[in-house]
Amino acid sequence: MGKLFAVVLTIITVVSTALFVAHTWWLPVDISAHGQAIDRQLSETMVTSGVLFVLSQFALALFVWRYADRGDGRKAKTFPGGVTPMVLFATVLVGAEILALTFVGSKVWAGIYQTPPDPGSLQIDVQSEQFAFYFRYPGPDGKFGATHPELINEANENYFGLDPAHDVSARDDIVVPTLTIPVNRPIALTLRAKDVSHAFYVPELRIQQDFVPGLAIPLHFTATDTGKHEIVCTQLCGLGHYNMRAYIEVISQAAFDQWLKDKAAQQ
Amino acid sequence: MSHPTTVAAPHHHAPPQGFLRTHVFSLDHKVIGKQYLDLALVAVCIGMLLSWLMRFHLAWPETPIPGLAKLSPNGAAGGVITPEYYLALMTMHGTIMVFFVLTTAPFAGFGNYFLPIQVGAEDMAFPRINMMSFWVTLVAFLVLISGFFVGDGPPLSGWTAYAPLSAVGKDAGPGQGVGQTLWAVSITLFCVAQLLGALNFITTTLDLRTKGMSLARMPYSTWAWFITSVIGLIAFAVLMPACILLILDRVAGTSFFIPAGLVISDRLQPHSGGSPLLWQHLFWFFGHPEVYIAILPGFGIISHILPAFARKPLLGPRVLIACLVAIAFLSYTVWGHHMFLSGMNPFSATLFSVPTLIITIPATIVTLLWIGTVYGANLRFTTPALFCLGFVSVFVSGGISGFFLAQPSIDTYLHGTYFVVGHFHFVMGVAAMFGIFAGTYFWAPKMFGRMMNETLGKWHFWLTFIGVYCVFMPMHYLGLAGNVRRYSAFTDDYLKPMIPLHQFITIAALCTGVAQLLFLFNLVRARFRGPKAPDNPWEATTLEWSTTSPPPFDNFGGRPPVVHHGPNEYGATGATGATGDYVMQASPQSAGPA
Repeated sequence: MGKLFAVVLTIITVVSTALFVAHTWWLPVDISAHGQAIDRQLSETMVTSGVLFVLSQFALALFVWRYADRGDGRKAKTFPGGVTPMVLFATVLVGAEILALTFVGSKVWAGIYQTPPDPGSLQIDVQSEQFAFYFRYPGPDGKFGATHPELINEANENYFGLDPAHDVSARDDIVVPTLTIPVNRPIALTLRAKDVSHAFYVPELRIQQDFVPGLAIPLHFTATDTGKHEIVCTQLCGLGHYNMRAYIEVISQAAFDQWLKDKAAQQ
Repeated sequence: MSHPTTVAAPHHHAPPQGFLRTHVFSLDHKVIGKQYLDLALVAVCIGMLLSWLMRFHLAWPETPIPGLAKLSPNGAAGGVITPEYYLALMTMHGTIMVFFVLTTAPFAGFGNYFLPIQVGAEDMAFPRINMMSFWVTLVAFLVLISGFFVGDGPPLSGWTAYAPLSAVGKDAGPGQGVGQTLWAVSITLFCVAQLLGALNFITTTLDLRTKGMSLARMPYSTWAWFITSVIGLIAFAVLMPACILLILDRVAGTSFFIPAGLVISDRLQPHSGGSPLLWQHLFWFFGHPEVYIAILPGFGIISHILPAFARKPLLGPRVLIACLVAIAFLSYTVWGHHMFLSGMNPFSATLFSVPTLIITIPATIVTLLWIGTVYGANLRFTTPALFCLGFVSVFVSGGISGFFLAQPSIDTYLHGTYFVVGHFHFVMGVAAMFGIFAGTYFWAPKMFGRMMNETLGKWHFWLTFIGVYCVFMPMHYLGLAGNVRRYSAFTDDYLKPMIPLHQFITIAALCTGVAQLLFLFNLVRARFRGPKAPDNPWEATTLEWSTTSPPPFDNFGGRPPVVHHGPNEYGATGATGATGDYVMQASPQSAGPA
């Protein structure tokens, strides 16, 4: 029975690990300036924790294989060196890994979330609601109009609660259901929620952030490759949660300038 | 660690008369323990059935499920589960499993039955409060289940019930009416029961230990229940008021968790001043320690059982206790790792990340103690022993993925994906269930007076062990590929290629679920049939094996045991017992050299 356990556990460990190593299912292509650091951090964690995983499972399998009761009255053996070296070994080994992960990981995190956006970032306001995203650009005047929740009206497509009748800067605001951005330009989003919590997740951008009602949450990134990808909600928001999505379109700066001009002309 | 100077207090109540007082409204901790276990058994059957429905729907979303339309005409018209009913199944599955299975069985169930016996007491310190704890738990369960039958539909905000979705009421869509209020009432009641239970456990452990039962001689399962009680006393004391505030937001117009300016269903909500993040902080201040409330009894059970089948002492028992205490303390410093992406100040992420990583040190040490105990052992491969070894394996698998999620920079990608689902199911679901299985196979002879069938037990182990790896390991791959959780269907372009892997998981989950019928049959059968259990079938050392199977009403037949040894006296040559390699705690004989 012990040998069977050891064999089954070894097969489970080898197959599980092989599928990680082979990248059979893996992260999609990275299109962000900061994503490389996240991917490297993830790969390093994968290697160090993978080694711990394999060693622990193999040690268990080996001992279970070897130390079955043979009914011969054999005296049990204590672990070589006793418990103290083991505790010290585990503390130093895991402690060193923790220090390494924290030291490198904190820098990665700080680079994304604790550094202010580039002053020249393109500012875009994002409104999330059950079950859609809307994106607002400030228009030619470079200023966002003020938002008034009481003026939000889906039927009139006033998703942000703008008041163009009284607010000059709101008149040229561009509101669209797709996030269109220029490649290689820093983007600074402000995330707002109209009703309940939602989240902004673009796997290719390696970025995920909750929208929280009552808060305006800043989020900044730079996309480094053109293309069209899905933005999905990852915070449970109600029955249509699974279907809450928008697209992000990364285009060249020239194409973006033209797109913005066309949209402004339509206002 | 001084010895108690008094023998256990005299029994608080006389033997019960009549069926009702003996089997239903019993004050006896053993009956109450079995009632908790029976409740958990009913709950786990419902919880697993719900997960089957969810898994089937995820794999084949358009295929009708026979009979479901009759059970739920609104949620599954034509047998096909609607998106809102999927979320309700998920919410109920999570709530039932976390509260009414993983907390109820290993802590309240086994703890109630065995803690007093293991310390040599005749009952819990407060039998009447003990009975009340169970009945309040039962009412909490019935209130939760009743959510399935209310007009507005069952709650669908997840077991975390994030505000404002859970707080604003019907405007937020289906499932946000009476069902969500019932959810909050149920959890409030559950908290009351757990607080009373925790007080009882703590008092019993500290005050009712029999002569000679010093803290150092307490069995490791008792230590784990004791430490879990302390965690629970703090954790449930936070969740209960949080749930009361949530109820007030829902029914009394308050705004604890609802900010101003929300427009829901085209209606400006009449609330202002609340904070959705306040709910998250209160919930996770409970929620993370809850993980340890679910798993620490498992730690105790494995540490208690493994030496009996390794036929050697547990490696480093004092280190084990120190690690349990360290985990309990650290469990209160890590809740923010559930909120890295919540809009909480990003500077605090590092603050929560570091203790989250540090908690892996005591967890790693405990795992190595178990593996080190297996080294050089004379392993007896009984069913409980197999589940102990399986526990170690799945706990390692679940714990390892914690390294990823503890780092905010990686959580930025993995949060909200199936990687998290795989992680917590391994570490607090499957591992805790393996602890429950090990405990059941180990203690069933004592509780029912009959042995469970070993052949069925071993089949159950192998099918479950392989099955859970087929179910939960692929979820890590899905998460790495960005597969979002809590989706009732995968309609996004990038998610469609994952559906075949979801179908594999579903088939594995259905098969693993069917294998649990072996356990159910074996357990029910052992109550009525099967060979009679001797007093100490496993040749173990602790006090529950010094009394009859099952124990008499007052546990020790009016003769409280006197303890002479620790629980770890295995492999002592020249000792008592049929094989002469162990010393029972109540044996006056001195132990030979180990």
